Amino acid sequence: MCLAIPSKIVEINNMMATVDVMGARRQVSLMLLPEEAKVGDYVLVHAGFAIQKVQEDVAQDSLNLLQEVLQKLQDEDAYD
Amino acid sequence: MKQLIELIVEFSNRIGRPVRLMEVCGTHTVAIFRHGIRSVLPEGIELISGPGCPVCVTSVRDVDTAIAIAMEPDTILTTFGDMMRVPGSERNFYEARAEGADIRVVYSPVDALRLASETPEKRVVFFATGFETTSPLIAASVFDAERKGIENFYIYSVHKLVPPALSALLADSEVKVDGFILPGHVSTIIGAVAYEFLASEFGMPSVITGFDPQDILQGILMLLRQIYDGNPKVEIQYTRAVRPEGNKKAVELIYRYFVPSDAYWRGIGMIPDSGLVLRPEYSRFNALSLYDIHVESKPEPRGCSCGEVLRGIKKPTDCPLFGRRCTPEQPVGACMVSSEGSCAAYYKYFNPC
Ligand code: SF4
Repeated sequence: MCLAIPSKIVEINNMMATVDVMGARRQVSLMLLPEEAKVGDYVLVHAGFAIQKVQEDVAQDSLNLLQEVLQKLQDEDAYD
Repeated sequence: MKQLIELIVEFSNRIGRPVRLMEVCGTHTVAIFRHGIRSVLPEGIELISGPGCPVCVTSVRDVDTAIAIAMEPDTILTTFGDMMRVPGSERNFYEARAEGADIRVVYSPVDALRLASETPEKRVVFFATGFETTSPLIAASVFDAERKGIENFYIYSVHKLVPPALSALLADSEVKVDGFILPGHVSTIIGAVAYEFLASEFGMPSVITGFDPQDILQGILMLLRQIYDGNPKVEIQYTRAVRPEGNKKAVELIYRYFVPSDAYWRGIGMIPDSGLVLRPEYSRFNALSLYDIHVESKPEPRGCSCGEVLRGIKKPTDCPLFGRRCTPEQPVGACMVSSEGSCAAYYKYFNPC
């Protein structure tokens, strides 16, 4: 029930936006968004409301995680 | 992916004992099955499902009350579709509808509000279920009803809060967990701040996790790292959508209209301050102030182990009714009704042969 789908904003009209969810157009309310959104932004949509912006540029985080963890294991093994 | 899995195996070996991780959220339960996550994990890591399925934890009494409201004259009860088949003590919503109750499925509370403005001669009640992902939407529709002066729109709120349920689980000596895979979408609203007590009071490793296979594996890796380091904290894996402070605007809107209250969770029992009810100053939107309805509490369906399943004590397959008397077509308990329920997810994906 807490399913929320990342959707791209294609048009904004006051507090309502048209979003594209996997090809389908939907009207969603922007009134719950904590920050302003613009056309082209991705938002998480849950039952007719955008609940948060999604940043698609944080894929870097996962690479960082892997590097950190690998480094840590190597460091430890160096002490063994 | 491959590297992630190798690192998980490595940490699991280094930890050197079995680890039980609870995915709190039903959406994770389904994602874990769909992506076959269990099949790539080493033997020492067990994933257990928790109470994060709104349909599953809505009590028999709350379902009976909603149905009693729907039976009142000049009333339309609106609900999310996944509640329709949840068993009450005598009937579910479909059966109540067949008996003449006007019950309609809506995709959003906005639709319920629109229905109210289009049918001023009826009282339109929205059966407000769900966790913190959903409660801001309901608050927003009350806000809208107030603004537009719509006077025939009411809420029956059985909303529930996730953090108090986690406290209750950890206080339960039967529940054995080494770490929490915390819900992604609930956390977009309440942030990491809402879970700080898990680390500070209970020393429980916790990671707010997204729903893609990589997200889930990363979340597991981050939990293993915390366990291995003996350094429990609340981390966010799902940084694309979750900020440490959450969505303050949404949280403020929730508490503008609602206050926490004790709530009864199906199969778990009463948990202090784990529900949301409308503030007294907004009681004109409260369906319970409109109707004089008193419903007795009734026991859970006999033989159903949903309570233990929701606390991760039993697996659905440990229930003697699973797949025999209880199937998604003929559910005995609520955990088999919702597609997010552990029993339904096991039934769909688990192939014992
Ligand atoms: S299989 Fe059915 S009866 Fe058994 S615990 Fe699950 S919902 Fe209840």
